[in-house]
Amino acid sequence: MSGNLSQKLSYQLLRLITYGIVLCIGYILFDVIRHGLPVINWDFLTSFPRRSGSEGGILPAIVGTFYLTVGTIMVALPLGIGCAIYLAEYAEQNRFSELVRLAIITLAGVPSIVYGLFGLGLFVIFCRFGTSILAGSLTLACMVLPIIIVTSEEALRAVPRGFREASLALGATKWQTIRTNVLPYSISGMITGSILAIGRAAGETAPILLTVAAFFLPKLPGSVFDQVMALPYHLYILATQHPETEKVLPLQYGTALVLLMLVLGMNIGAIVIRIYFRKKYKW
Amino acid sequence: MVKMQESNTAIQAMDVSFFYGPNQALFNISLDVAPKRVTALIGPSGCGKSTFLRCLNRMNDIIPKTRLTGKVLINGQDIYDAKENIVDLRKQVGMVFQKSNPFPKSIFDNVAYGPRIHKLHDRKRLAEIVEKSLRRAALWDEVKDRLGENAMGLSGGQQQRLCIARALAVDPQILLMDEPASALDPKSTTHIEDLIGELRQDYTIVIVTHNMQQAARVSDTTAFFYEGRLIELGRTKRIFTKPKEKQTEDYITGRFG
Repeated sequence: MSGNLSQKLSYQLLRLITYGIVLCIGYILFDVIRHGLPVINWDFLTSFPRRSGSEGGILPAIVGTFYLTVGTIMVALPLGIGCAIYLAEYAEQNRFSELVRLAIITLAGVPSIVYGLFGLGLFVIFCRFGTSILAGSLTLACMVLPIIIVTSEEALRAVPRGFREASLALGATKWQTIRTNVLPYSISGMITGSILAIGRAAGETAPILLTVAAFFLPKLPGSVFDQVMALPYHLYILATQHPETEKVLPLQYGTALVLLMLVLGMNIGAIVIRIYFRKKYKW
Repeated sequence: MVKMQESNTAIQAMDVSFFYGPNQALFNISLDVAPKRVTALIGPSGCGKSTFLRCLNRMNDIIPKTRLTGKVLINGQDIYDAKENIVDLRKQVGMVFQKSNPFPKSIFDNVAYGPRIHKLHDRKRLAEIVEKSLRRAALWDEVKDRLGENAMGLSGGQQQRLCIARALAVDPQILLMDEPASALDPKSTTHIEDLIGELRQDYTIVIVTHNMQQAARVSDTTAFFYEGRLIELGRTKRIFTKPKEKQTEDYITGRFG
């Protein structure tokens, strides 16, 4: 085969693969939107479910997922970024730090149900938080921590060494240097990576299944020790555990679409943050 | 740090050896730098001149697994003494790097960075310092109308002068320059060299350079380094006309390096 032909073939093949992937995603989106959009109205978004979810809206599930996401961010972001700063800026690069990194990457690959069981054991039972927003947020935070640490460390390492040296040479301490001349330039990378990870966590079912989610709870939570409904779990219930799964199909689509939009909204937020910081600190 | 009254050495390196892990990069360097003079460190790549320069403000401390033996006295104080405050040292010994490295902030914030780090937040004082430093670095007239703009928009030569202004803003006595013009075009290089000529009236300057003509033009004293050793030290004019050592002669006549 001539070089020219194989070049053309591989080009076409790669293009086909890319289009295929886009087509799959496009079809899923199209299907969800087509069936979900007619269901979504003000009433669906703001009312409580009735008759174990066969009728009514999904307000408690939206609120529950919102609280869980906020809780996850509040726990995972400071911890993850703190750990990344230590690993990238302070820790000596030796066998031990390599081992820590290996452990973190391994943790990122642990199945989410394992995190669910871990959360059940540690937060729900041992810490006596019960099945609650607190236990669920902590569990989700554990799950996204590895990804936040890895992306944040990469963002820190992407800051040129010259900035650090210039700052240190002016008599700044290491922490002053990090605070004023490393973090501002890497924060966009950290936040975008973290939000993408948390967006995924918002759609997870397994970790919240055992730690927070309620099957049917038509009221809003009063404290972090309350159970809540959550969108992915609600969807799971409607699709597999409900006595009339066929009849509630439109509600499933509606819930799926709301969840998708929520995650999309977070991702757009991440992009906006990135653009803002890119403009502010250009190099 | 104790201020010495017009002593005849600003920097005194005594038997300095330096190690990157198991590799020795400097061998027993002893060298005195006179105050308010320009001292050039020359030598082929990898001869240790930059390493030696970075020993003078303890910049090598940030590289893991490095070690220094011997003493470096600045104004009579051993800067490697355990009691020595590294922040005060670096305030007194400014540094300009080979690759210009302005922060991706405004021109004003770049120059004000040092003073702010050292807890000066008075706007009027800061503005004074910024103007004075930029004037000293011969950059004021070019940037006075756009101090709020990102420093990354400046040309290479302007960026390097900005870095000099930034170093001057913390009011150092000594200025270390690590090949400050090696990445610049000839015109910008001339600019920097003229600037060094003016700054020598007030600052002790140690400059590492690859460019022997540059060393000859700007410096009073020249030190020739080769393979981690200080081969020869003397008045620039004498080094370039009557070198005592064979290696120095070979290098400055372009036989190697």
